[in-house]
Amino acid sequence: MALDQNGVITREELINFKQIVSDERYKKGPVAVIECIQEIPCNPCEAACAQGAIKIGMPITELPILDEDLCTGCSICIAKCPGLAIFMVDKTYSDTQALISFPYEYTPLPEKDEIVSAVSREGVVMSEAKVIKVMNPKSFDRTPVVTIAVPKEMADDIRSMKRK
Amino acid sequence: MLNREVVIAGAGPAGLAAAIEAAKAGAQVLVVDLNIKPGGQLFKQIHKFFGSSAHRSGIRGMDIGTQMLAEAEKYGVEIWINSAVIGLYSDKIVSIERGLENGEKELVNIQAKKVILATGASENVVRFKGWTLPGIMGAGAAQTMINVNRVKPGKKVVMLGSGNVGLIVSYQLMQAGCDVVALVEAAPKIGGYGVHASKIRRAGVPIYTSHTIIEARGTDRVSEVTIAELDSKWQPIPGTEKVLECDVVTLAAGLKPISDLVRLHDLDLTFNAVFGGWVPKHNRDMESTQSGIYVAGDTTGVEEANTALEEGRLSGVAAAEALGYLTAEQAKELKDDIWERLDGLRMGPFGEKRMFAKNDILADFPACVK
Ligand SMILES: Cc1cc2nc3c(=O)[nH]c(=O)nc-3n(C[C@H](O)[C@H](O)[C@H](O)COP(=O)(O)OP(=O)(O)OC[C@H]3O[C@@H](n4cnc5c(N)ncnc54)[C@H](O)[C@@H]3O)c2cc1C
Ligand code: SF4
Ligand code: SF4
Repeated sequence: MALDQNGVITREELINFKQIVSDERYKKGPVAVIECIQEIPCNPCEAACAQGAIKIGMPITELPILDEDLCTGCSICIAKCPGLAIFMVDKTYSDTQALISFPYEYTPLPEKDEIVSAVSREGVVMSEAKVIKVMNPKSFDRTPVVTIAVPKEMADDIRSMKRK
Repeated sequence: MLNREVVIAGAGPAGLAAAIEAAKAGAQVLVVDLNIKPGGQLFKQIHKFFGSSAHRSGIRGMDIGTQMLAEAEKYGVEIWINSAVIGLYSDKIVSIERGLENGEKELVNIQAKKVILATGASENVVRFKGWTLPGIMGAGAAQTMINVNRVKPGKKVVMLGSGNVGLIVSYQLMQAGCDVVALVEAAPKIGGYGVHASKIRRAGVPIYTSHTIIEARGTDRVSEVTIAELDSKWQPIPGTEKVLECDVVTLAAGLKPISDLVRLHDLDLTFNAVFGGWVPKHNRDMESTQSGIYVAGDTTGVEEANTALEEGRLSGVAAAEALGYLTAEQAKELKDDIWERLDGLRMGPFGEKRMFAKNDILADFPACVK
């Protein structure tokens, strides 16, 4: 199965399109993870990053490429992506847990410290997760960004939480 | 009879952009729309748009609508809502059934110098056993209910069609608090963007490609549908049937250009499958085969809001130029910029087909315009 057959991006696809963050970079702290592998006419992520870490160039159908050394993991780009295709992963959060940040445009919003169900790209519940942060400033234009703590070994699979 | 320099049918992104460009250049512009609010599809679209960040991408459709209305007002564009263009006669006489404040209608004829047709597209229907049951509706209708009228069409929805409309409306139905039981697509691949499909997968919605709805059942309204897998010849495979419980079925099987006014005025049409059906022939100024009558947006082939907007701009600039409000050089500079953006929007595996289709239409334009 592949993205265009069932809507779920595979690890092979991410590797083929050079959208896998290196293990060395993960060791240094939070980093943006972009999962956008089709040439669609879109580039707001490029403009969103003040560090210049996301490059699309011309024409705008080029795929976004992350310069992982420039990325500070600030998470600004998450809310700016109309495809909701950017996440932040921090594998340095603790020995056993990683942080995942994702866009969440449903109501009710979860609250800090609440326990929610973390889900995979297929929407399958993977584990319970504690909400660490909910960011919803005006500049995010009604796309709140939720951060949850998940078991570290699931950091490459968990991408959202179950709708409440 | 009233006189206006430019009369535009349709106040969607195409019509509004045309109005803004023509009025900015100095023309006197009237836009007519049959809805109770201008903006066309834009106010239903609460999601952030794709496109180039230089041109309002990442902004929600409804907010683009608000910005455009403010701009139209700033340049003195006159907008008649609740009013339908019902006729287009020789020498650019436009017949309008104008909606009055007291709810009555009056017939008004306007002598225009230039006419721009930007009437958008309408939804295709799909027929299956039971398709007329209450609860079965177009995806666009469901989107109007939740995003404009704030009414949920039901609780459990089955969506048919995986183009961007099917994917986006599924997502928005969940945002409105409905559950989407499944998305069913007859083709072996998802038609719309992968990122939109991934969004609804993360929310737990299964996507059944190579499947279709065989039958809908229910007494007062739909209560369940049977879906089945299709073989490579698009025939249902016996034994693969599944029953899904639902109280709403939404159909997102594509759109087709609205060409009533175009036909009324005998503009030359051409059939284009990529663009959803019969579309008026036009040149790079968006001028039809009748001089002074322009076409723009989904009417000329179903695409997206940003392409509709740019085509609208082209027609507005061209009309202003023809009226003498812009010099040939000024107009050329504006039009070249717009074409560059349009070319950018029609690239990549999703856009390319539309670029070729558009080029076919432009190449087909008669050398000597009537
Ligand atoms: C569910 C959905 C999701 C979409 N998502 C996106 C997206 O993410 N990004 C994107 O770029 N595009 C998107 N689009 C497409 C985009 O909305 C359309 O391509 C765009 O609105 C077309 O603009 P238009 O001005 O040609 O037509 P419309 O917006 O349809 O406007 C046409 C107007 O003409 C009026 N009209 C029609 N006939 C008459 C008449 N005889 N007299 C007076 N008025 C008349 C209508 O009332 C309407 O207001 C989406 C569309 C849908 C349905
Ligand atoms: S997380 Fe911050 S630094 Fe990294 S790509 Fe996104 S916006 Fe740029
Ligand atoms: S903004 Fe999102 S959808 Fe658009 S190109 Fe960037 S990552 Fe892809």
